Amino acid sequence: MHSFGYRANALLTFAITILAVMCAIASFSDNFNSPSPTSQVQVLNINWFRNKPDGDDEVSMTMNISADLQSLFTWNTKQVFVFLAAEYKTRKNSLNQVSLWDGIIPAKEHAKFYIHTTNKYRFVDQGSNLRERDFNMTLHWHVMPKTGKMFADKIVMTGFRLPQAYR
Amino acid sequence: MDWEGQKVAEQLMQIMLVVFAIGGFITGYFMGSFQLMLFIYAGGVVLTTLITIPNWPFFNRHPLQWLDPSEIEKHPKPQVTSSISKKQPSKKK
Repeated sequence: MHSFGYRANALLTFAITILAVMCAIASFSDNFNSPSPTSQVQVLNINWFRNKPDGDDEVSMTMNISADLQSLFTWNTKQVFVFLAAEYKTRKNSLNQVSLWDGIIPAKEHAKFYIHTTNKYRFVDQGSNLRERDFNMTLHWHVMPKTGKMFADKIVMTGFRLPQAYR
Repeated sequence: MDWEGQKVAEQLMQIMLVVFAIGGFITGYFMGSFQLMLFIYAGGVVLTTLITIPNWPFFNRHPLQWLDPSEIEKHPKPQVTSSISKKQPSKKK
Protein backbone atom coordinates (compact mmCIF):
# COMPACT_ATOMS: atom_id res chain seq x y z
CA MET A 1 0.00 0.00 0.00
CA HIS A 2 2.92 2.26 -0.51
CA SER A 3 1.54 4.17 -3.42
CA PHE A 4 -1.50 4.92 -5.49
CA GLY A 5 -0.47 2.41 -8.17
CA TYR A 6 0.09 -0.34 -5.61
CA ARG A 7 -3.40 0.06 -4.14
CA ALA A 8 -4.99 0.30 -7.57
CA ASN A 9 -3.29 -2.92 -8.66
CA ALA A 10 -4.27 -4.76 -5.49
CA LEU A 11 -7.89 -3.67 -5.82
CA LEU A 12 -8.15 -4.60 -9.49
CA THR A 13 -6.62 -8.04 -9.01
CA PHE A 14 -8.79 -8.83 -6.01
CA ALA A 15 -11.92 -7.58 -7.78
CA ILE A 16 -11.32 -9.79 -10.80
CA THR A 17 -10.56 -12.84 -8.65
CA ILE A 18 -13.82 -12.33 -6.78
CA LEU A 19 -15.64 -11.98 -10.10
CA ALA A 20 -14.26 -15.36 -11.20
CA VAL A 21 -15.46 -16.94 -7.96
CA MET A 22 -18.91 -15.38 -8.40
CA CYS A 23 -19.21 -16.81 -11.90
CA ALA A 24 -18.16 -20.26 -10.69
CA ILE A 25 -20.80 -20.19 -7.95
CA ALA A 26 -23.40 -18.94 -10.42
CA SER A 27 -22.62 -21.87 -12.71
CA PHE A 28 -22.79 -24.27 -9.78
CA SER A 29 -26.21 -22.94 -8.85
CA ASP A 30 -27.53 -24.36 -12.13
CA ASN A 31 -27.30 -27.83 -10.59
CA PHE A 32 -30.17 -26.98 -8.26
CA ASN A 33 -32.54 -26.55 -11.16
CA SER A 34 -34.63 -29.69 -11.76
CA PRO A 35 -36.14 -29.28 -15.22
CA SER A 36 -39.29 -31.00 -16.45
CA PRO A 37 -39.43 -30.59 -20.22
CA THR A 38 -42.04 -32.20 -22.44
CA SER A 39 -42.28 -32.65 -26.16
CA GLN A 40 -44.31 -34.30 -28.87
CA VAL A 41 -43.68 -34.95 -32.56
CA GLN A 42 -46.21 -35.99 -35.18
CA VAL A 43 -45.30 -36.99 -38.72
CA LEU A 44 -48.14 -35.66 -40.79
CA ASN A 45 -47.08 -36.68 -44.24
CA ILE A 46 -44.30 -38.36 -46.14
CA ASN A 47 -43.83 -35.97 -49.05
CA TRP A 48 -41.56 -38.19 -51.06
CA PHE A 49 -39.37 -41.21 -50.52
CA ARG A 50 -36.83 -42.26 -53.11
CA ASN A 51 -33.55 -43.92 -53.80
CA LYS A 52 -31.11 -41.35 -55.06
CA PRO A 53 -29.00 -42.01 -58.16
CA ASP A 54 -25.87 -42.29 -55.99
CA GLY A 55 -27.44 -45.20 -54.10
CA ASP A 56 -28.61 -43.56 -50.87
CA ASP A 57 -32.21 -43.37 -49.69
CA GLU A 58 -33.80 -40.03 -49.04
CA VAL A 59 -37.13 -39.09 -47.47
CA SER A 60 -38.89 -35.79 -46.98
CA MET A 61 -41.63 -35.40 -44.39
CA THR A 62 -43.90 -32.77 -42.87
CA MET A 63 -44.10 -32.74 -39.09
CA ASN A 64 -45.63 -30.97 -36.12
CA ILE A 65 -43.03 -30.41 -33.43
CA SER A 66 -44.25 -29.13 -30.08
CA ALA A 67 -42.32 -28.78 -26.84
CA ASP A 68 -42.33 -27.02 -23.51
CA LEU A 69 -38.72 -26.30 -22.50
CA GLN A 70 -39.44 -23.42 -20.14
CA SER A 71 -38.20 -25.24 -17.04
CA LEU A 72 -34.73 -25.50 -18.55
CA PHE A 73 -34.11 -21.75 -18.22
CA THR A 74 -32.31 -20.43 -15.13
CA TRP A 75 -30.92 -16.98 -14.30
CA ASN A 76 -27.65 -18.16 -15.81
CA THR A 77 -29.04 -19.29 -19.18
CA LYS A 78 -28.07 -17.46 -22.34
CA GLN A 79 -29.98 -19.62 -24.83
CA VAL A 80 -31.12 -23.16 -25.47
CA PHE A 81 -30.10 -24.88 -28.68
CA VAL A 82 -32.60 -27.59 -29.62
CA PHE A 83 -32.55 -30.06 -32.47
CA LEU A 84 -34.67 -33.00 -33.60
CA ALA A 85 -32.85 -36.12 -34.77
CA ALA A 86 -34.21 -39.25 -36.40
CA GLU A 87 -32.44 -42.25 -34.88
CA TYR A 88 -32.48 -45.77 -36.19
CA LYS A 89 -30.42 -48.94 -36.42
CA THR A 90 -29.21 -50.61 -39.61
CA ARG A 91 -27.22 -53.70 -40.37
CA LYS A 92 -24.05 -51.70 -40.94
CA ASN A 93 -24.43 -49.07 -38.15
CA SER A 94 -25.72 -49.70 -34.65
CA LEU A 95 -26.89 -46.08 -34.45
CA ASN A 96 -27.72 -43.61 -37.19
CA GLN A 97 -28.63 -40.07 -36.16
CA VAL A 98 -29.89 -37.67 -38.77
CA SER A 99 -30.68 -34.12 -37.71
CA LEU A 100 -33.95 -32.98 -39.26
CA TRP A 101 -34.53 -29.60 -37.63
CA ASP A 102 -32.90 -27.24 -35.17
CA GLY A 103 -33.50 -23.89 -33.56
CA ILE A 104 -32.23 -21.48 -30.98
CA ILE A 105 -34.47 -20.40 -28.13
CA PRO A 106 -33.19 -17.08 -26.80
CA ALA A 107 -35.55 -16.60 -23.85
CA LYS A 108 -37.94 -18.42 -21.57
CA GLU A 109 -40.98 -16.83 -23.23
CA HIS A 110 -40.14 -18.55 -26.52
CA ALA A 111 -39.47 -21.96 -24.99
CA LYS A 112 -43.02 -23.25 -25.34
CA PHE A 113 -43.55 -23.72 -29.06
CA TYR A 114 -45.54 -25.55 -31.71
CA ILE A 115 -44.23 -25.59 -35.25
CA HIS A 116 -45.45 -27.11 -38.46
CA THR A 117 -42.58 -27.70 -40.84
CA THR A 118 -40.92 -29.96 -43.35
CA ASN A 119 -37.53 -31.26 -42.37
CA LYS A 120 -35.00 -28.41 -42.43
CA TYR A 121 -32.14 -30.75 -43.23
CA ARG A 122 -32.25 -33.66 -45.61
CA PHE A 123 -32.99 -37.10 -44.25
CA VAL A 124 -30.48 -39.18 -46.20
CA ASP A 125 -29.33 -42.66 -45.31
CA GLN A 126 -25.92 -44.25 -45.80
CA GLY A 127 -27.19 -46.81 -48.26
CA SER A 128 -30.73 -47.92 -48.97
CA ASN A 129 -31.96 -49.09 -45.59
CA LEU A 130 -34.94 -46.86 -45.02
CA ARG A 131 -37.78 -48.92 -46.42
CA GLU A 132 -40.07 -50.08 -43.59
CA ARG A 133 -37.50 -48.78 -41.12
CA ASP A 134 -38.58 -48.17 -37.50
CA PHE A 135 -37.07 -44.99 -36.12
CA ASN A 136 -37.17 -42.78 -33.02
CA MET A 137 -37.56 -39.04 -33.05
CA THR A 138 -35.27 -37.67 -30.36
CA LEU A 139 -35.41 -34.05 -29.27
CA HIS A 140 -31.95 -33.00 -28.04
CA TRP A 141 -31.14 -29.74 -26.31
CA HIS A 142 -28.09 -27.89 -25.07
CA VAL A 143 -28.65 -25.33 -22.31
CA MET A 144 -25.96 -22.74 -22.97
CA PRO A 145 -25.07 -20.74 -19.86
CA LYS A 146 -24.00 -17.13 -19.50
CA THR A 147 -21.04 -18.50 -17.56
CA GLY A 148 -19.87 -22.00 -16.72
CA LYS A 149 -21.05 -25.50 -17.53
CA MET A 150 -23.36 -26.42 -20.40
CA PHE A 151 -26.03 -29.04 -19.79
CA ALA A 152 -27.35 -31.31 -22.52
CA ASP A 153 -30.18 -33.82 -22.46
CA LYS A 154 -32.84 -35.35 -24.66
CA ILE A 155 -36.31 -36.86 -24.92
CA VAL A 156 -36.76 -40.02 -27.00
CA MET A 157 -40.07 -40.49 -28.80
CA THR A 158 -40.56 -43.94 -30.30
CA GLY A 159 -43.03 -45.45 -32.64
CA PHE A 160 -42.28 -44.03 -36.07
CA ARG A 161 -41.97 -46.08 -39.21
CA LEU A 162 -41.13 -45.32 -42.81
CA PRO A 163 -43.23 -46.69 -45.66
CA GLN A 164 -42.68 -50.04 -47.27
CA ALA A 165 -42.04 -48.73 -50.76
CA TYR A 166 -40.67 -45.66 -52.48
CA ARG A 167 -43.13 -42.94 -53.39
CA MET B 1 -0.96 7.75 4.01
CA ASP B 2 0.55 6.59 7.27
CA TRP B 3 1.10 2.96 8.27
CA GLU B 4 -2.16 2.76 10.16
CA GLY B 5 -3.98 4.30 7.22
CA GLN B 6 -2.48 1.79 4.80
CA LYS B 7 -3.71 -1.11 6.88
CA VAL B 8 -7.18 0.40 7.15
CA ALA B 9 -7.31 1.10 3.42
CA GLU B 10 -6.38 -2.49 2.53
CA GLN B 11 -8.85 -4.05 4.94
CA LEU B 12 -11.58 -1.69 3.82
CA MET B 13 -10.93 -2.59 0.18
CA GLN B 14 -11.13 -6.33 0.82
CA ILE B 15 -14.23 -6.15 3.00
CA MET B 16 -16.09 -3.81 0.68
CA LEU B 17 -15.45 -5.94 -2.40
CA VAL B 18 -16.54 -9.13 -0.67
CA VAL B 19 -19.68 -7.48 0.73
CA PHE B 20 -20.67 -6.12 -2.67
CA ALA B 21 -19.97 -9.50 -4.27
CA ILE B 22 -22.13 -11.42 -1.80
CA GLY B 23 -24.86 -8.80 -1.82
CA GLY B 24 -24.86 -8.63 -5.60
CA PHE B 25 -24.96 -12.40 -5.96
CA ILE B 26 -27.86 -12.87 -3.56
CA THR B 27 -29.84 -10.02 -5.10
CA GLY B 28 -29.22 -11.24 -8.64
CA TYR B 29 -30.04 -14.85 -7.77
CA PHE B 30 -33.37 -14.12 -6.12
CA MET B 31 -34.37 -11.53 -8.71
CA GLY B 32 -33.42 -13.99 -11.45
CA SER B 33 -31.17 -11.51 -13.21
CA PHE B 34 -27.50 -12.17 -13.94
CA GLN B 35 -27.13 -8.64 -15.27
CA LEU B 36 -28.35 -7.16 -11.98
CA MET B 37 -25.67 -9.04 -10.09
CA LEU B 38 -22.99 -7.68 -12.41
CA PHE B 39 -24.29 -4.10 -12.11
CA ILE B 40 -24.34 -4.19 -8.32
CA TYR B 41 -20.83 -5.64 -8.24
CA ALA B 42 -19.50 -3.12 -10.77
CA GLY B 43 -21.00 -0.28 -8.73
CA GLY B 44 -19.35 -1.73 -5.66
CA VAL B 45 -15.96 -1.86 -7.39
CA VAL B 46 -16.24 1.79 -8.44
CA LEU B 47 -17.29 2.87 -4.94
CA THR B 48 -14.44 0.91 -3.37
CA THR B 49 -12.00 2.51 -5.80
CA LEU B 50 -13.19 5.99 -4.85
CA ILE B 51 -12.90 5.30 -1.13
CA THR B 52 -9.69 3.30 -0.78
CA ILE B 53 -7.35 4.49 -3.51
CA PRO B 54 -7.09 8.28 -3.17
CA ASN B 55 -5.10 9.69 -0.30
CA TRP B 56 -7.98 10.86 1.89
CA PRO B 57 -7.19 12.73 5.13
CA PHE B 58 -8.87 10.13 7.34
CA PHE B 59 -6.13 7.71 6.33
CA ASN B 60 -3.56 10.02 7.86
CA ARG B 61 -4.77 10.19 11.47
CA HIS B 62 -1.58 8.69 12.88
CA PRO B 63 1.03 10.68 11.01
CA LEU B 64 4.66 9.65 11.15
CA GLN B 65 6.79 11.65 13.56
CA TRP B 66 9.54 13.03 11.37
CA LEU B 67 12.55 14.49 13.12
CA ASP B 68 12.26 18.26 13.74
CA PRO B 69 14.76 20.31 11.63
CA SER B 70 16.09 22.15 14.71
CA GLU B 71 17.08 18.80 16.23
CA ILE B 72 19.21 17.99 13.20
CA GLU B 73 21.45 20.96 13.73
CA LYS B 74 22.24 19.85 17.26
CA HIS B 75 23.61 16.54 16.02
CA PRO B 76 25.74 17.19 12.94
CA LYS B 77 26.44 14.37 10.56
CA PRO B 78 29.93 12.89 11.13
CA GLN B 79 32.52 13.55 8.39
CA VAL B 80 33.95 10.61 6.48
CA THR B 81 37.78 10.93 6.64
CA SER B 82 39.01 7.65 5.12
CA SER B 83 41.16 7.96 1.98
CA ILE B 84 39.69 5.81 -0.73
CA SER B 85 41.78 5.49 -3.90
CA LYS B 86 39.78 6.33 -6.90
CA LYS B 87 39.91 3.84 -9.69
CA GLN B 88 40.78 5.12 -13.14
CA PRO B 89 37.79 4.62 -15.39
CA SER B 90 38.77 2.44 -18.35
CA LYS B 91 38.76 4.30 -21.60
CA LYS B 92 36.56 2.92 -24.28
CA LYS B 93 37.04 3.79 -27.91
